[in-house]
Order: sequence, then C-alpha cells, then structure tokens
Amino acid sequence: MALLETRKLTAFYRDFQALFGVDIRLEEGETLAIIGANGAGKTTLLRSLSGLITNQPGHILLDGRPIGAMPAPDVVAQGIAMVPEGRKLFPSLTVEENLQIGAYGRSGSGTWTLGTVYDLFPVLKERRNSPGTALSGGQQQMVAIGRALMSNPRVLLCDEISLGLAPVVIKDIYAAFPRIREAGASIIIVEQDIGQALKVADRVYCMMEGRITLSGMPGAISRDDIHAAYFGAHAR
Amino acid sequence: MNWLDTIVQGVLLGGLYALFAAGLSLVFGIMRLVNLAHGDLIVLAAFLVLLLVTTLGLSPFVAAVIAMPVMFALGWVLQFGLLNRTLGNDILPPLLVTFGLSIVIQNALLEGFSADSRRISAGGLETASLQLGPISVGTMPLLTFLSAVAVIVGLNLLFYRTALGRAFRATSDDRETAGLMGIQPNRVFATATGLAMVVVTIAALYLGMRANFDPTMGPARLIYAFEAVIIGGLGSFWGTLAGGVIIGVAQTVGASINPEWQILAGHIAFLLVLLIWPRGLFPRAVD
Ligand SMILES: Nc1ncnc2c1ncn2[C@@H]1O[C@H](COP(=O)(O)OP(=O)(O)OP(=O)(O)O)[C@@H](O)[C@H]1O
Ligand SMILES: [Mg+2]
Repeated sequence: MALLETRKLTAFYRDFQALFGVDIRLEEGETLAIIGANGAGKTTLLRSLSGLITNQPGHILLDGRPIGAMPAPDVVAQGIAMVPEGRKLFPSLTVEENLQIGAYGRSGSGTWTLGTVYDLFPVLKERRNSPGTALSGGQQQMVAIGRALMSNPRVLLCDEISLGLAPVVIKDIYAAFPRIREAGASIIIVEQDIGQALKVADRVYCMMEGRITLSGMPGAISRDDIHAAYFGAHAR
Repeated sequence: MNWLDTIVQGVLLGGLYALFAAGLSLVFGIMRLVNLAHGDLIVLAAFLVLLLVTTLGLSPFVAAVIAMPVMFALGWVLQFGLLNRTLGNDILPPLLVTFGLSIVIQNALLEGFSADSRRISAGGLETASLQLGPISVGTMPLLTFLSAVAVIVGLNLLFYRTALGRAFRATSDDRETAGLMGIQPNRVFATATGLAMVVVTIAALYLGMRANFDPTMGPARLIYAFEAVIIGGLGSFWGTLAGGVIIGVAQTVGASINPEWQILAGHIAFLLVLLIWPRGLFPRAVD
C-alpha cells in the first residue's frame, strides 16, 4: 500500500475544473517531483493533498484511508505538512515563533524540534528574534521549511521552494533535503526548475492542464519526453 | 481648581474606559470584527454579577469571579455559533448581526430586569478614599485603574508570550496558512471572544459598583470603548489604555471648567487625536 495516493482526483474552483482525474502514488521514504508549466495544476494538487481544497473523500488516501474531504488542520494532525507557494510566513511572528507555530498541530514526537531545525539551518538561530518577513528570500524559505518540519510530518509537501531565489541559495536549501529524508519524511516537491527536480527526485510526474502527462524515474525519461509532456505533443 | 487633582482623577477614570475597551480591542485585533453589542454585553455581565450578589449574598468580587467562566462560555458559543458565520471580506454582515444582537440583549434585559436603574453594592468601598501626598483618591477609581493595568499587562503577556497568543496572531495574519499549522481558526476566534467576555465581566463589575446602570445604557459605554481603541491604534493593548486615559483626562478637565462640558470634551479630544494621528497613537506595524 502506498503511503499517500490520489485516485481519479478532481478539483474545482467554483465552476472551473482545475484537476481531471489525477493519479499519483507516494511510497514511504520516497521523494517525488511534480513539474509542469504555469497553470498546469501543481499547486492545486498540493492544496488538495493538504486539505486547503476539499475533495471527494476517496480521491485521496493516506495509508489507504480516505482523507480527501478532511480540512487542513486535521490533515496536519494526520502527518501531512506543507511549505506553501510564496512561503506565507506570519508577519506578526518572529522567526522563532514562526517555527514554534509549526508544532501547534503536531500529533506525535520525532526528530524535529527548534534545536534540530536550527542545526539544519544555523542562520535562522542568529535571526531568531527578527520578524520572519525581515529575512532574505532564501532565509524566509528556510523558515517556511523549518516551520513545516516542526510538525514532524510523514509527508512534506513543498511548492516551488526555489522560486525567485539565486542559484547558490537554491543549492543551500536543497542541501538540507538528504537530512530531511533521513529523519523519515517522504517528500513531494513541485518545481519549475526541471534540472533541480530531476536531481532530487526518485520519481517525476509531469502535469499539463490538470492531468498527469508523464511519470517515471529521472534517469529513464528524456528531455523530449518532458518537452512533450509539458507543452503537448504538437509543440514538439 | 487643583490641576494635579483633576488630572489624576481623569487618569483613574481612563482606567474604567480602558476596561470597557480592552475586550473590544482584543476581538478587533484578532478577527477585525467590530462588535456593536460590546456595550450591551458589559451591561449583561453587570446584571449577572448583580444577580449573583443579590441571590447568593456574595461579595461583588467573588460574584465576578463566578460570572467569568459563564461569560467566557457565552462568548465562546456566540462566536462559534453566530459571529464566525458573519466573518468574511464584507464588513457589513458582522455590523448588522451585532447591531441586532445589541437590540436583542437590551430587550431581553428589559424583559428580565425592567427599566429600573440598579447598582451593585460594594459595601462601603464606594466612598472610601486614600490620601496620596497632596491629593485624595477614591479607593474605587484606584482599584479600577489598577485592574485595567493588570488586564492590559495580562493581555499583552497572553498575546506575546504564550502558544495561544501566537495562534491568535498567526490566525489574524492569515487564516488559511494558520490552518496548515493545525490551527482551527473558528475555535481560536471563539476562544478570543470568550476571553474578551472575561474582560467584559471585570469592566461590568466596576461599572456596576461605581454608577447606576440600566438595560439601555450599553451603546453609550460602547462609544467610549470605541474611542479608546481608535485613539490607541487598532490592535495595541497599551494604546487602548492610553486612549482610555486621554478620554478620561479630557472629561475631567472639561468638567472642571464647566460641568456641562464633560462628555463633549472627551469626544473633542478623540477628534483632535485622530486629526493629528489618523491611525491612532500606537498602530500595529502589520495591518
Ligand atoms: N483561486 C483560484 N480561482 C480560480 N482559478 C484558479 C485559482 N487558482 C488557480 N486557478 C486556476 O487553476 C489552474 C491551475 O492552477 P495552479 O495554481 O494549480 O497551477 P500551477 O501548476 O501551480 O501553476 P504555477 O506554476 O503558475 O504555480 C489554472 O488554470 C489557474 O488559473
Ligand atoms: Mg503553483
């Protein structure tokens, strides 16, 4: 049984349908990358998984149990944490408080505490009393990741964590991922940066217009395949 | 006229206005909800304290402590069951619903307690006074002011030093992302209104011991509370205390020049402060 799985997942914004029967599987310990052009539905997929969008119960299964209709606070308690697109730090909270609030809905204990998050991103300890929003973009992204880790999630969802960051900063942030995996989290990352996605992921899904158009191991899919899956066959 | 005496009396009176305002400030700061029934809820709490004092023969202070959890529960249910449904991008629904609530509370109190004005007896405390150097201060105004300071300090500690306070601020910043942290915004809001009702009970205790009250006087208290919150800057507890003090001092100074000017002077001070600092004295940086 997969750790997390979607079955014919559909999602809507009022009348507008954004996902059309998406099937993905995340195995325990695995890192998945989801790539696709702007508007393909990647964020909608992560928002569905995290409970921000309500779906049919059976469309999303965690350990085989239906969680599709569960609201976000309950989903966190089930062990799914999200690093949202645009980081979404709380401006009224300091760096440390932003991290602490990540533990609000924690269900059990685990590796991640303030201390281990500061070990992972030492620069945050220096800035612990600054307002979260006073930090550089890369540091803010570290806070957003640390905040999600504080709930000791079984599944970590990351939406475009490299967006708007300099390449060296992106490298720093992705350098933390092996330790996040060792601590036992399975990961789904959404990335525009295909090179980065192929580097960290065990498997890749490509989305287009609300559908999965390609999936496979990074080594087994070619640039042409990705190009076609990204823009449709006619663009080749 | 003794200026020092006038100012001290004004500062102490400001404590009462700050107590009226603190609950309003808490609720507005967290959920941007303007509760037009706030004054009526103070009057409701005053009747509850009165009821406990007269039927059980308790001291008003003990009665208030018993009333606190009752008012907390009332606030929690009111927010969870009714007011949460009115929150959204449109500011009109909460105004309409709390305006209606204000009328409902007034009429229910009229029905239950008649239009007679009442007072909570504090057993002689009302007339006691202390000599502080050259000036004599009433024990009751002093106690009111110290309670106001204690409430403001308490709210600040809660807001900035506890996990619940973090949840309040996070939910106020961004409800959706708060949900991703495992916070249930509707419960957080209900807890905030429950706490505001605890503060309302303290305000009601002093309101009821210091002056006569009747079922229809809530809206008049609401105005002072509003002015104090707005002068102080939305969302700042110390600002709310400062706002109360400014109105209190303006009123006593106005009254010492001409007794008819008391109320007017308070409102004029409010307008002057807003002319100079449109966002209040201590606006929260994030808005
Ligand atoms: N709040 C919304 N209301 C209506 N439509 C929306 C909303 N959010 C997204 N959409 C639409 O849903 C589709 C999928 O959007 P989504 O944000 O999931 O794409 P994405 O793959 O994350 O894109 P990007 O790479 O730009 O982040 C798009 O057509 C988008 O216009
Ligand atoms: Mg997106």
